[in-house]
Amino acid sequence: MRDVAVVGFAQRQMEEFDGSPTCVELLVPLFAECYEQTGWSRKDIGFWCSGSSDYLAGRSFSFVSAVDAIGVIPPVNESHVEMDAAWALYEAWLKIQTGEVDTALVYGFGKASAGVLRRTLALQLDPYTVTPLWPDTVSLAGLQARTGIDAGLWDERAMAEVAQRSLTDAEKNEYAIRKGGSSVEELLARPMYADPLRKHDCAPVTDGAAAIVLAAGDRAREAVDRPAWITGFSHYVDPISVGTRDLTRAPSAQRAGEAVDLSGVEVAELHAPFSHQELVLRRELGLADDVRVNPSGGALTGNPMFTGGLIRLGEAARQVWDGSASTVLGHATSGPALQQNLVCVMGAEGRDN
Amino acid sequence: MFHFRTMSRTLSAPVTVAFDYTRSTGPVLGRFFGGLRDGRVLAARLSDGTVVAPPPEFDPSTHEETAELVEVSTVGTVTSWSWVPEPVAGQPFDRPFAFALVTLDGATAPMLHALDVASPDEVSTGMRVRVRWAAERTGHITDIACFEPAGDSDEGPGAFPAPAGAVDPVTGIVTPVSLDYTYAASPEESAFYRGLAEGRILGQRCPTCHKVYVPPRSACPVDGVATTDEVELSSRGTVTTFCIVNVPFLGQQIKPPYVSAYVLLDGADIALLHLILDIPAEEVRMGMRVEAVWKPRDEWGTTIENISHFRPTGEPDADYETYQHHL
Repeated sequence: MRDVAVVGFAQRQMEEFDGSPTCVELLVPLFAECYEQTGWSRKDIGFWCSGSSDYLAGRSFSFVSAVDAIGVIPPVNESHVEMDAAWALYEAWLKIQTGEVDTALVYGFGKASAGVLRRTLALQLDPYTVTPLWPDTVSLAGLQARTGIDAGLWDERAMAEVAQRSLTDAEKNEYAIRKGGSSVEELLARPMYADPLRKHDCAPVTDGAAAIVLAAGDRAREAVDRPAWITGFSHYVDPISVGTRDLTRAPSAQRAGEAVDLSGVEVAELHAPFSHQELVLRRELGLADDVRVNPSGGALTGNPMFTGGLIRLGEAARQVWDGSASTVLGHATSGPALQQNLVCVMGAEGRDN
Repeated sequence: MFHFRTMSRTLSAPVTVAFDYTRSTGPVLGRFFGGLRDGRVLAARLSDGTVVAPPPEFDPSTHEETAELVEVSTVGTVTSWSWVPEPVAGQPFDRPFAFALVTLDGATAPMLHALDVASPDEVSTGMRVRVRWAAERTGHITDIACFEPAGDSDEGPGAFPAPAGAVDPVTGIVTPVSLDYTYAASPEESAFYRGLAEGRILGQRCPTCHKVYVPPRSACPVDGVATTDEVELSSRGTVTTFCIVNVPFLGQQIKPPYVSAYVLLDGADIALLHLILDIPAEEVRMGMRVEAVWKPRDEWGTTIENISHFRPTGEPDADYETYQHHL
């Protein structure tokens, strides 16, 4: 295995982006930030990989239009996944492992506000027996939250505690679109929205984009003083049917966690678009009580579709860059009710150094 | 056509993307949908002894095709529910309702569907519910209109699961999908459309390679930098390449044969696709000089359709060297 590190990260999050869903306008300055952080130009990037969806954009081939932001004459080595860009990062990491390239820039973008996000996402469900009912994302999360409440695994107070901590931490995050803690009591006094969920239990619809730069070995050391070396990277998927899954569990998250070494993790950025999902993930990953979760404020305070997971990995890496932590975990989810889960462990020390 | 939003930075317009997905159902789901059409709910009996509706096509443990279907009750128990305060288009109700997971008597796993109750106070985990069938059943998941609270007279467990018996399978379903968007143009595209509404053609120049793009792009695809300078272009240009349209198609507005061509406007570095009319199709050629024919001013909007078509200017053809790098 080659030692590969996260050496660049830039993001934008907003309630409503009033530009084109190709997001070229957002990506050009993000790439410029990445070049500035690394001292590189686009010619130093060996591989490009993005995560986005035309269902979000409401147009065809939006990811092809987005490559304008790269500058592709002469042509570049490029790929795309219709998933959160954290999975594009996995592809880029594998590409570097093959030895074909030493560097990669991974980006995700999405204008969720162009349509009705919670409705659009019904298209990722079983097309025969589920999508025709158009179950929205919030309803599916509500079904999941209630299974845990009924089973006594968590309660509304535990969910409110997650939201309270997230909103408080987000005050220090310039990119968060929802911020400002109050108190657990105040949050519990707010009205139910999609019973058992209150609005603060649900990630806000967010537009945005993000980019991460990966580099191997000496290329990473040349780019930044303290690269965030990837020491474990894994992802798994659970069945799509919400009826036959135990919704209080996320076996794919547990299995992904088992495939990496989580010992010594000080900070975890968990991609939990609903408050109870953070509780599920903590349990499945076996995180100790002293692990700091989501110092960025997490997805409850800003969750651009197709980017929210990548941002978690970038926020975790930043903790290593600035010396706040030596070992961190970034997590991303995709699909309904935590169906797919990816974990990425990063540290100040690589495997071989 | 893109519409002005007062004081907005960009133009936007509503867009609907719709498609009717036609899906073959296969033997397992075909029998499940056939059962629904007949007013029965069929489930799979899987290798681990579980009874699951809707039936998975393949056994998750053995990966063999699901072989045995059994009939389960149309009465069951709510195992979880979520209130839907603001239904979205296409959901079973356009007024607030609950989505519920319901384990039908005789089944061991729940199925997802709507539960018709007026408020969250009327639903609880463990409550008994029954299928309300749609007035007309066609062999589709929506043959179950919803679940509704069960009455005292509804049968209890005991008779289910029962042998499925013969069922005439459904072979295909149609699932209409329609998504509504507000599609925004980029700032550069917005300037282009606003220019057209004034009878002007505006492009953008790359600050690095100085190439001029029309319609404008937010970034230069060569250099990956924002295009910063707005450039007004001539209504005249050169045909770089073209095709003669002979094939009729749905929605065609001009009688074939006619010519669709790339027109390199004077001052631009990328050609614009438009029609060449006012000349027999067989006389159109590469290098031919053409000019925009604008519709009457009172028909203009923020649309490329303000230009009806391009027609020959009568100038001598352009030298090949003037457009060879734009093919």
